[in-house]
Amino acid sequence: MYKSWWVNDKTGSAVMLTLVAVTLIIPVCNLLSPVDSPLHFSAYTVSLLGKYITFALLGLSLDLVWGYAGILVLGQGAFFALGGYAMGMYLMRQIGNRGVYGDPLLPDFMVFLSWKELPWYWLGFDHFWFAMLMVVLAPGILAFVFGWLAFRSRVTGVYLSIITQALTYALLLAFFRNEMGFGGNNGLTDFKDILGFNIQSENVRSMLLMLSGVSLITAFMVCRWLVNTKLGRVVTAIRDQESRVRFLGYRVEMFKLWLFVFAAMLAGIAGALYVPQVGIINPSEFSPLNSLEIVIWVAIGGRGTLVGAIIGAILVNYSKTVLTGLLPEIWLFTLGAVFILVTLLLPDGIVGLLRRYRKEQSA
Amino acid sequence: MNSFIVNLVPDNNSNVDLSSVLDTRHGPILYLEDVSVSFDGFKALNHLSLYIDAGELRCLIGPNGAGKTTLMDVITGKTRPDTGSVFFGQTIDLLELDEPAIAQAGICRKFQKPSVFDALTVFENLELALKCDKRTWPTLFHRLNEEQRDRIHSVLQTIGLPELVKQPAGILSHGQKQWLEIGMLLMQEPKVMLVDEPIAGMTHQEVERTAELLLSLQGKHSIVVVEHDMEFVRSIARKVTVLHEGSVLTEGTMDEVQNDPRVIQVYLGG
Repeated sequence: MYKSWWVNDKTGSAVMLTLVAVTLIIPVCNLLSPVDSPLHFSAYTVSLLGKYITFALLGLSLDLVWGYAGILVLGQGAFFALGGYAMGMYLMRQIGNRGVYGDPLLPDFMVFLSWKELPWYWLGFDHFWFAMLMVVLAPGILAFVFGWLAFRSRVTGVYLSIITQALTYALLLAFFRNEMGFGGNNGLTDFKDILGFNIQSENVRSMLLMLSGVSLITAFMVCRWLVNTKLGRVVTAIRDQESRVRFLGYRVEMFKLWLFVFAAMLAGIAGALYVPQVGIINPSEFSPLNSLEIVIWVAIGGRGTLVGAIIGAILVNYSKTVLTGLLPEIWLFTLGAVFILVTLLLPDGIVGLLRRYRKEQSA
Repeated sequence: MNSFIVNLVPDNNSNVDLSSVLDTRHGPILYLEDVSVSFDGFKALNHLSLYIDAGELRCLIGPNGAGKTTLMDVITGKTRPDTGSVFFGQTIDLLELDEPAIAQAGICRKFQKPSVFDALTVFENLELALKCDKRTWPTLFHRLNEEQRDRIHSVLQTIGLPELVKQPAGILSHGQKQWLEIGMLLMQEPKVMLVDEPIAGMTHQEVERTAELLLSLQGKHSIVVVEHDMEFVRSIARKVTVLHEGSVLTEGTMDEVQNDPRVIQVYLGG
């Protein structure tokens, strides 16, 4: 009875095939063709695509909690940024003595603050595996503690949304402080190597793009499987009638917590892939505005469809790149207007429109 | 009574099988003693005491605001009483359990307003109600076995919705939703069923089928039915409890109750 779910998701399969094509063709083209050939993609284009894909992964993580469990998280960007910082810390440690001050032990910003030794929470970030663990653990633990407190006291709806917004804002302020030891408002940047390879090199850029693509495809498959398990159905039931689910014997708060933590970890992975491709992580990633934008991507693409989050994230960010290049001052107005129009006219977003069109075709 | 109390504070993720602790040797399966609940000074329940026997089919009637739904809320853990004690069997203190723990212990409820999950299919609604391990990880990896599948299909037969199995519950009629809720109740294999207004929105034939179903379930399950339709109550009830202003006005057979001058006064507002 549940065998046919992956066959039904035509839009999802189409988007996944496109992703596979993009993440395979671009690196192969760059490897085989000379720099001046029209088939050669610039490092800028490759990184830009990689960035869109990490945003798509971030959008996917939000759609899981918002679209399926009905938890409107207005601070999903915080988990993304934490994952990004964990990756950034590893990349900082790889600089070694090649910083401006040439200190063999401390990153430049610590030398600048005349710190004498590495803070304890920077220990371990020399190791790639440790940093990768932190990429999922740091957001995961924050989500667990936050979710445990919020869901157990049955904070829901708009109150929960506001608290998540406050959470990311608090982190924004905290990471701005130099004393925190994360580089203050400059954040972490000037990265040199990743796993011994030059982070600026075209091949590494292509690899990062491929890795982002593989992560997104894997995450999408896992999420699609997840929402089709019994747990996925319990979560959908919670979204629609939370208290009724309790009377069936399910611990609603544990289910919400589980999904919330899982989504936070996905967002962390997205952040970790984002940082080496854009070359910087700073506190502005915690900005509440960023988290609101994620909600808009998902709403435009189609909430509760998974693939909608991917389409929405890529489309909105592509428009952002184009529009901020042409007319930077109108971008926010355009985004706002599109969001309002989609909410009014397309409650199920682009994917909803596609499905309706397909239904009419077959009818 | 205190000497019988087993301290059963649930740890949050545990699935203690309380049914093994359930002790009904003394007859009653539900004990409510001296229960009071007030909302902003309004006494919804006022020193109410009520005992339900194991296997019994009991009807609760009473005018609006008599406290029928509040009573169900107290038993299922939705509302905490200000005073009084609520026991499931001799040993299980329901006031120490939360809603999921009470549901898992075997007290299940059909709500007044049908509250099925509209986005899920009829089959999936029943699947969610199925009695099984309801913690997160087992739920994630849960696969229906043959026996459970058969169980769902037999309940589908009982509630008369087998051809709607793949339809989303949102498209069902009001009466069908009522049936689906009753089906979800059956899937949970409860010891005690609390059934709030089962026949609202049903056709005459459906009402008859509901009566038959409830009658066939008594003995195996203890059933408490709240209903306004006196015709229906008469057709199923052995024993009727009349609530008024948050306490028990009287108990007895339908005839006894209907001829009780206090009941007549309450209903006719004399």
